[in-house]
Amino acid sequence: MAAKRKTPVKSRNPDLIRGVGKYSRSKMYHKRGLWAIKAKNGGVFPRHDPKPKAPAAAEKPPKFYPAEDVKKPLLNKRKPKPTKLRASITPGTVLILLAGRFMGKRVVFLKQLPSGLLLVTGPFKINGVPLRRVNQSYVIATSTKVDISGVNVEKLDDKYFAKEVDKKKKKSEGEFFEAEKEDKKELPEDKKEDQKSVDASLIKSIEGVPDLKAYLAARFSLKSGMKPHELVF
Amino acid sequence: MPFKRYVEIGRVALVNYGKDYGKLVVIVDVVDQNRALVDAPDMVRGQINFKRLQLTDFKIDIPRVPKKKTLIEAMEKADVKNKWENSSWGKKLIVQKKRASLNDFDRFKIMLAKIKKAGVVRQELAKLKKENAS
Repeated sequence: MAAKRKTPVKSRNPDLIRGVGKYSRSKMYHKRGLWAIKAKNGGVFPRHDPKPKAPAAAEKPPKFYPAEDVKKPLLNKRKPKPTKLRASITPGTVLILLAGRFMGKRVVFLKQLPSGLLLVTGPFKINGVPLRRVNQSYVIATSTKVDISGVNVEKLDDKYFAKEVDKKKKKSEGEFFEAEKEDKKELPEDKKEDQKSVDASLIKSIEGVPDLKAYLAARFSLKSGMKPHELVF
Repeated sequence: MPFKRYVEIGRVALVNYGKDYGKLVVIVDVVDQNRALVDAPDMVRGQINFKRLQLTDFKIDIPRVPKKKTLIEAMEKADVKNKWENSSWGKKLIVQKKRASLNDFDRFKIMLAKIKKAGVVRQELAKLKKENAS
């Protein structure tokens, strides 16, 4: 798009009334100087010829007509909107996990990933929750914040958490009848390192606040007399 | 001890229902068996059912249906606000309000403080028991 003009274009042919200009068509032809453009181009207006299309590859006609019509799937142009982060969740917020094996654990929110999931960490040393993705609907945001300015989470993205694809091995006959050996999967060393490097500065800032470490280590649960709809988190 | 909390002009009462919930009001007139005309410094004078009022021990000295100015003066003279906040009823309500506004971390800290307190009490009790036994 061209840059916006400062002043609106004004016609050289002002309207007398709507649809009827001051000058005739032939007078405007002279006023606009179209004759000069024509003279320069040898009697015709300059024009852009359409680019010649690349010749389509000659398709071989099929030998048979298909017996049944195959329906083409409809074109789906819908792009999902990025997930909105809840206003109460900001980097450093302490979250309470509501589902899964870490139910009730209090964790620190680090950032939102492009997929919309929340990146959280326990920290692992304090309450055993590793770097992990959670959906924000399975989380309660508290008003407690931890300073995470020293934490570097740039390298962590959705791909980092993708499941490793293990290739199927061909088995020889002898192995086929043996009981399948399940070799225990160890967490790769570099992921352990990542966990440590993220947690190191986080733990330092957690220890700066009294009782916060014990708070993160404790599980949340409803006790008798606690009304969850009236609680302030 | 005879009963002292009467419905009378100048009686301070607590509203326990409706949009004025938790407000201290003064009875300035009695409309009929069921309703009183009540007023407070920060509200428009209006009728209210006695069922929605809880009478307190305080009574201020005012004429029937006083002007707002005289009412405020009388309330200040009687020191109603301070007396209320120092009464056990008022204190209880303040604590309840404070407890309700605590966040998760504050509740956790209270839990820790309670444990600490219980530990100290237990130690002192053990000391006393030992002294008395010997």
